[in-house]
Amino acid sequence: MTGPGTGTGPAPAGWRPALSSAVSLRHDRVRDADLLLLPERVVVLRGSAAKILRLCDGDRDLDAIVAELRSRFPGAPVAEDVPAFLDRMRGEGWVR
Amino acid sequence: MTAAPRPWALLAELTHGCPLHCPYCSNPLELVRRSRELSTAEWTEVMRQAGELGVVHTHLSGGEPLLRGDLAGIVTAAESAGIYTQLVTSGVGLDGARLATLTAAGLRSVQLSLQHADPAASDRIAGHRSYAAKERAAALVRAAGLPLGINVVLHRDNLDALDAIIERGLDWGADRIELANTQFYGWALRNRDALLPTRDQLGRARDTVQRWRDRLGGATDLVWVVPDYFDGVAKPCMGGWGAVSLTVAPDGTVLPCPAAASLPDLDPPNVRDHPLEWIWDHSGAFNRYRGEDWMREPCRTCSRRAEDFGGCRCQAYALTGDAARTDPACALSPDHGVIRALTTDPGHPAGAGTPAPTGGYAYRKPGG
Repeated sequence: MTGPGTGTGPAPAGWRPALSSAVSLRHDRVRDADLLLLPERVVVLRGSAAKILRLCDGDRDLDAIVAELRSRFPGAPVAEDVPAFLDRMRGEGWVR
Repeated sequence: MTAAPRPWALLAELTHGCPLHCPYCSNPLELVRRSRELSTAEWTEVMRQAGELGVVHTHLSGGEPLLRGDLAGIVTAAESAGIYTQLVTSGVGLDGARLATLTAAGLRSVQLSLQHADPAASDRIAGHRSYAAKERAAALVRAAGLPLGINVVLHRDNLDALDAIIERGLDWGADRIELANTQFYGWALRNRDALLPTRDQLGRARDTVQRWRDRLGGATDLVWVVPDYFDGVAKPCMGGWGAVSLTVAPDGTVLPCPAAASLPDLDPPNVRDHPLEWIWDHSGAFNRYRGEDWMREPCRTCSRRAEDFGGCRCQAYALTGDAARTDPACALSPDHGVIRALTTDPGHPAGAGTPAPTGGYAYRKPGG
């Protein structure tokens, strides 16, 4: 079986999240919304999801993403919420 | 009139030319001649307008879109308009150089059709020796790192091979396997006697899909497109008429759904005559069955009307002669008997326990 698989189990040590190659993150000017575009579906991103995903460039590790967001959004619970969100994205196979 | 929601998706039928002759082809019975096809410049303009209208996703389809020598240019036009591109292909005509050109142009993903797991049966259903080309195409797409979907139209002739079909899709490296039960209009309606499965076949196939889903645990997406003849439930066709997506036919005709070419008095607009935005917002064709005002009983007061939109207009027309009637697939339709007779009558293959002999198709071809 050669399916690419979605990320299950704990995130790998030193994980540097990046968008899956199947996924395109775009701002939709017509609807003023951020979208994840996939082969057969469109996901409308809410809240700060797109801001987090734009930092998933394969260079930053999880700590760097959290630090960047903490500096942009002082007081927001980024240390708890962001790793949990990215884990869910990994579970969906949209972030690897 | 309240403003219609913006469309998300465009089905671009770039050509009706195709090396395959599948008896359930979703193209209309009257295929568009190649000399009537939109030019590269016209498709480029369609993509630009579609992007401005809100389209973010396009299926570059056909027929066989690889027959268009200018396909890469059309991909570039879509990409420039901010539209995610998926090539929908039989695989015939795809080689490494062609795929490299398309990928460089911005192609994002590929959906490959497969007719059967057995090469000879796949070729027989397609009416063309194409299995080997499909196998090669799948390997090329994987090697290029593009997401690969395998699309299998299911019917009496291949439902019993579902295990092998799923295994083949996995072997070929599919991220997604779409198991689409035949929808009966156009060519498939013409071939309904040969294609309609039995209830037993469908029951076994459902179990098979569930077993594979349990085994795969989401690693590969298995999509089961339900057969609407058997459960008394109409499908929510296109997510509503003129609500989510639009189809542009090879000659520029714009339709709310690829089968709507069959509706005799729709008078569909054409991109050669009108901007896409006007077509979406103001054309008679796109407003004909939009929303709920057109509905009669039992749809008009039905609690399901916002979920299934009265079902499929093209099926209502094909089976009752009136596109504004409730889809006969719905058990609440006064016309449901025409479908029930096909799926419960023990004298009919679909009502009986054993499948009738397969084959004997009216293959899809120009002038068919």
